[in-house]
Amino acid sequence: MCTECGCSSTDHSHHHEHESRTIRVEEDLLAKNNRLAAGNRQLFTSSHLLVLNLVSSPGSGKTSLLERTLADLKRRFNFSVLEGDQQTTNDADRIAATGVPVKQLNTGAGCHLDAHMVGHGVESFDLAETDILMIENVGNLVCPAAFDLGEDHKVTVLSVTEGEDKPLKYPQMFQASDLMLINKIDLLPYLNFDLEQCKAFARQINPRIEIMELSCQTGAGMQQWYDWLMAGVARKNPGLRGAGRE
Amino acid sequence: MTFGHDPLHELSLTQNIVDLAIEYAAREKAVKVLSITLEIGALSGVVAEAVEFAFDVCSQGTLAEGANLEIRHINGRGRCLDCQTETEIETLTHLCPHCGSLALETVQGQEMKFTEMEID
Repeated sequence: MCTECGCSSTDHSHHHEHESRTIRVEEDLLAKNNRLAAGNRQLFTSSHLLVLNLVSSPGSGKTSLLERTLADLKRRFNFSVLEGDQQTTNDADRIAATGVPVKQLNTGAGCHLDAHMVGHGVESFDLAETDILMIENVGNLVCPAAFDLGEDHKVTVLSVTEGEDKPLKYPQMFQASDLMLINKIDLLPYLNFDLEQCKAFARQINPRIEIMELSCQTGAGMQQWYDWLMAGVARKNPGLRGAGRE
Repeated sequence: MTFGHDPLHELSLTQNIVDLAIEYAAREKAVKVLSITLEIGALSGVVAEAVEFAFDVCSQGTLAEGANLEIRHINGRGRCLDCQTETEIETLTHLCPHCGSLALETVQGQEMKFTEMEID
């Protein structure tokens, strides 16, 4: 092989008609998204912001969980919310009703939020005055797993009306998440959902995942989630402390 | 705010592949991209067939149109957090064959990489 151009020609006069050559690229396919996510993360960190990327199947109760969380904690912390959906502003309207700044991101045919959308999505927020940014991703347990948005943690919400084997069926998402919230536990008496099995499956995929059981309808288990949020805020913004602005 | 995004994450990724190919080809003053080599890990969550399908669409009318797409499959490897044994895994749900532990950490197989290309 010719070492000069990498072609397979044995004729070393470099005058062949097509000078095909091989070049090294060595780039991650997510490099562009990762670069933008790193930019977002830098901006969020300099604003002392705790940023969560909430992911789940459609209908797990992400928006209801957010509504309850905002209602209970909005006097203590300043929130901003990005709502990702393919269509409609329904979720943003629900969040807006709580009085918290919200921006709806419609992905159209898209199946996930990416770092570019989030970077522009937060432009309308006063980040210096925000303590916690909640990003509610498109309801989809597949595609959002691969796209870093610049968040501190991915939080997967799984409701007990789904199968307990969801962590096995969608392992990428559970592997990428730091926390799993098992929602709608008030419905457990009416279902055949095996809670312990579900937790074992999640830990099989991700031995480090934290797991909390709660119901945003009855409020059961919510305090543990709030304590986790407060600890997160305290890490990102030591001046504010977990107790917040109250 | 509406974004022109796509129904499968493979389509986003494939658009990135074509963008990278065009960027590198322009830098090298190439007139055509002959082939593109990718490395896709077994645990990356990327379906190679979906990338191949999307590539024809994304590359249309660009220097990369008609390029040969070579996808190298990278096997998955996991390390047991309990006994440290390394083992080949094809899914994220393997048990450690040595001690039966569920706690396997992925050490290889999550790659999605554009490694090289042949240009004219």
